[in-house]
Amino acid sequence: MTFLLARRRSRWATPVLLMFALAIVGVAYAAIAAQNASADAPRAASSTQIDEGRKLFLEGCSSCHGLNAEGGYQADGSVAGPSLIGAGAASVDFQVSTGRMPLANPGAQAVRKKSIYTPEETAALAAYIASLGPGPAIPTEEQYSTTGITPEEMALGGALFRANCASCHGFSGKGGALTDGKYAPSLTNTDPRHIYSAMLTGPQNMPVFPDSSLRTDDKRAIIAYIETIREQPNNGGIDLGRLGPVTEGLLLFTLGLGALIAVAVWIGVKAK
Amino acid sequence: MSTDKVNRLEEAGGVGYVWVDDRVPASGYLKKQFNKVFPDHWSFMLGEIALYSFILLLLSGTFLSLWFKPSMIEVIYDGSYAPLNGVHMSEAYASTLDISFDIRGGLLMRQIHHWGALFFVAAISVHLLRVFFTGAFRKPRETNWVIGVTLLTLALLEGFAGYSLPDDLLSGTGLRIAQGIMLSIPVVGTYLSFFIFGGEFPGTDFIPRLYTVHVLLVPGIILALITVHLMLVWFQKHTQFPGAGRTERNVVGYPLFPVYTAKAGGFFFVVFGITALMGGLFQINPIWMYGPYIPDQITAGSQPDWYIGWLEGGLRMMPNMEWVIPGGYTISMNVLFPSLILPGIIFTAMALYPWLEAWATGDRRPHHLLDRPRNAPTRTAIGAMSLAFYGLLWIEGGNDIIANTFDLNVFAVTWAMRVALFVVPPLVFVFTRRVCLALQRRDRDKLLHGYESGVIKRLPSGKYYEQHQPISDEEHAVIMARAAAPKPLPMPEKYDDKGVKQKWYAVKMTQAKLSHFFYGDQVPMPTAAEIEEARHHEAEITAERDDEIETSQAEALSPRQ
Amino acid sequence: MTIEPTGEAPETPLPVHHPRRSDIDPRAAKRAERQVGFLFLGSGLASIGFIVAFVATPIDESMYIPFFGDVNASNLLLGLLMGLSLFLIGAAAIHWAKKLMPDVEIVDQRKAEASTQEARDELLDSYVTGIDQTGVKRRPFILGSMFGALALVGLPAIVLLRDLGPLPGNVLRTTMWTSGMRILVAETNQPIRPEDLTVGTLISAVPEGLKEVMEEEGNLNELAKSAVMLIRMDPSEIVSDQTPPDAELPWTYQGILCFSKICTHVGCPLGLYEQLTHHMLCPCHQSTFDLANSGNVIFGPAARSLPQLAITVDDDGYLVAQEGFTEPVGPSFWERG
Repeated sequence: MTFLLARRRSRWATPVLLMFALAIVGVAYAAIAAQNASADAPRAASSTQIDEGRKLFLEGCSSCHGLNAEGGYQADGSVAGPSLIGAGAASVDFQVSTGRMPLANPGAQAVRKKSIYTPEETAALAAYIASLGPGPAIPTEEQYSTTGITPEEMALGGALFRANCASCHGFSGKGGALTDGKYAPSLTNTDPRHIYSAMLTGPQNMPVFPDSSLRTDDKRAIIAYIETIREQPNNGGIDLGRLGPVTEGLLLFTLGLGALIAVAVWIGVKAK
Repeated sequence: MSTDKVNRLEEAGGVGYVWVDDRVPASGYLKKQFNKVFPDHWSFMLGEIALYSFILLLLSGTFLSLWFKPSMIEVIYDGSYAPLNGVHMSEAYASTLDISFDIRGGLLMRQIHHWGALFFVAAISVHLLRVFFTGAFRKPRETNWVIGVTLLTLALLEGFAGYSLPDDLLSGTGLRIAQGIMLSIPVVGTYLSFFIFGGEFPGTDFIPRLYTVHVLLVPGIILALITVHLMLVWFQKHTQFPGAGRTERNVVGYPLFPVYTAKAGGFFFVVFGITALMGGLFQINPIWMYGPYIPDQITAGSQPDWYIGWLEGGLRMMPNMEWVIPGGYTISMNVLFPSLILPGIIFTAMALYPWLEAWATGDRRPHHLLDRPRNAPTRTAIGAMSLAFYGLLWIEGGNDIIANTFDLNVFAVTWAMRVALFVVPPLVFVFTRRVCLALQRRDRDKLLHGYESGVIKRLPSGKYYEQHQPISDEEHAVIMARAAAPKPLPMPEKYDDKGVKQKWYAVKMTQAKLSHFFYGDQVPMPTAAEIEEARHHEAEITAERDDEIETSQAEALSPRQ
Repeated sequence: MTIEPTGEAPETPLPVHHPRRSDIDPRAAKRAERQVGFLFLGSGLASIGFIVAFVATPIDESMYIPFFGDVNASNLLLGLLMGLSLFLIGAAAIHWAKKLMPDVEIVDQRKAEASTQEARDELLDSYVTGIDQTGVKRRPFILGSMFGALALVGLPAIVLLRDLGPLPGNVLRTTMWTSGMRILVAETNQPIRPEDLTVGTLISAVPEGLKEVMEEEGNLNELAKSAVMLIRMDPSEIVSDQTPPDAELPWTYQGILCFSKICTHVGCPLGLYEQLTHHMLCPCHQSTFDLANSGNVIFGPAARSLPQLAITVDDDGYLVAQEGFTEPVGPSFWERG
């Protein structure tokens, strides 16, 4: 104790304390922050699975989506949850395993969070909804896996990404603002199956890119590109968020000009 | 020839110099310049940052120009960066990729060049603020101020041209916006656009033309203007802050050789070094992630470099006003106003400000001592208000990134900024002016009563008081400098003694009122007699109180009767 | 009128000079000398280190920085070493000046601002004599013709710039879209059937033959104005579209609409489509268009609604344009009308 006490008035005391406090807050936040959505693939449907799915649906989803998934309405006539007939297993798999559904709060957009259902329960829900009407099926690993993809295909994926996706999700997949509080989420931690499903089903306000217009191979190429840029090193150095000139300008005025002015002050101050 | 005399300079090893001096007699001149005095203050180095950044840009830019191909001819990329292999792109973009991935040190030089450009404009801007807030633009330096504003405009253009050369998706979008702005110009807009782009957008002429502008024309003009700018500073001598021993008729500081040579020369290396460190540590403008410019593609979060941000914000903030006048002609005020009319007004007002202020205050004396910002409250408030206005436009330029980062509604951000643009600057004006006048009051207090020493004493009666110490001579001299500030002009007489209305009465009345606006509220300076009296009074009271304490202490310690 | 100062700033002597440690203590001076020397040496080492790193570091190798992830090793090392080699020279010079060079302030007097009246008069005399010697006052014909010549001599320079570009003509009013032209998916260039699009789909599209036109012209100009977007919505959700009252066929096809992709503000391409609200947002300046309502502007600086392309289906079942755009696409311009 005397070691610290003796140094409590040292000019290093404040900076050290600050670093310590920052470190504690950082560790605490990391520990408490939400986990990623689970990424295990579900199994094929069976009739008991559809029953189980129906039970789960009635418990957790029917209050907004209606008892038969025909859609639910609020007292004022606005839609509480849209009809899921024809939504297909892929929509359910996407929304539930990324934790977007069930909605925690009504708001501009469903937020990704930890899923409250196990992969088996998610599969059951998906099977139930699929049984109500034909819709996009959960993408198979063959469709979304990028193993064996050639560099040419990955480069084509980049061209397709920039043509179709970057306008909302940003050139680096970091996401972007939409109107009225909505946003295109960041793709930094999205796994390939979910990327595929999202393109296939067009969750909430995202447009739909059906396999008939953006073929499976094209989708796989896009996924390959996203994976590549996620993993690639930042060639130029520390990346400032990959958000473009805004953060670069911020760093300029804080660190850059700050450092230069600090030296200018050092030059001007009388030496002791 | 000096062969018959012992040549001390030759002995000292300056044989080369003597060779030159035999042909161009420079020694007398150089000797004077060696002893030229430069005043010392860190804020005088901001312009230097700009100068050194410019030299750095010339050097790094020359490096880049050895590999960059300013051509829009389409090629198929086959360099080291895998995600773009096989992609069609312009030669300009492909050569930039080559510099970044296949030339050692290429990416470093690109990043140094780009960080250097950001520094260049940032340094000019803060240097401009320093000159403005200290009133260094007043006579005889008005011309230098105008040159400076011109340099700022050229720097903005040069930076925009520079980051548009690689023909990537982000900067190409910026060019498209520039072309859209050109189209909006009445009468000549379409002609201007077609001549500059060699036809429709994007064409194939623009990047090569931009290259000539960026590498030859504008740097040449900037270099010439910087030379004139520095020559004026050299011959007019630098301004200095008021202080002990400093007057309007002298310059106090250190000699050029050796002190300033070392300090300024050293600072050049520091600026270059820090820029190089940033080029190595922090990624900037990763064009490989943006992809080549294709006119039907775009990224979310499209922003220009920071110094164009205020124009971008103006474009985002402006309501959608467009008029079609008889004859079928369209005036796109939604584009014209924020991108051309408003900046035109702002830069013109900035350039003319020295004359505007001289007229408004009636102060046409030469000034070589700088103003402390608090001593010119209205000018400082005008500057702060303009900065607030600029800052709000700048923030709006990043409204979608702000909305996405802080989970806000981007429309709400825009509306908030629209309101703030009109509400915040006047508030800033009023607030800044009050702070300046409050600081003047504090200065007056210091003159009369000294500063609070932190020593608290307690009288026997129980009263606490803080002892005041007189301020140092140096500080006294600094505060007293406000005595030179102008008084407001007297109100003009409306009628002369014959009852005839004075010529230009309305103008003169406006001028008098403006001068009151500028200098009518100054806190009155105490006279020398008042200061002397106050100090004397302060000393007396302190002595009295100290006596009281001593006496009571002595009484307390003495034995009871 | 002349200005009055509020008072007089008294003249004061220079502040007292306080010697530095290195002025009075020779050991402190020696220490400063060593520090400056080591800073210079450090710079030299960094310069040599740069050369070594330049040669030894492969250009494509990454290295890991704690907290920040992988970066390019060559860029980082070269940047650090170059930065240090420069910075340390500067630091050394500044330290040298601050600690060892004299820090006694010296005073220089300013010269008079303006020239003396005498000098001005002499100049005026020289000037007047010179003008006299040219004789222009007696020879107004020379003066007049000289000004005339000088006024005209600059014009060739301006006229030389005429061929910078063609006159705009009608080019901005038309695109290559014409009757029967198929709509192809951008980048992949496949034709599109209505069945390929489900409700909520967005496709970036281009006219058939665009590739050939661009190859022939050698530029991207046609793409920059004929890029379109195909959107499918439930027909009941379309509030209005731009089909004129006297049109034979509607401009939409079974809930499929085709709009220009170029924003009417300053020309950025659109693409942020919100499937449920049918809003199309431009990422540049947030102009928002309601595609279910004739592409009208509902927020932002764009003043005109998005031009719609009339579409239908050809005999093979592929989506085609009925005719070209009926108004200019992209940003407004003076002659637009």
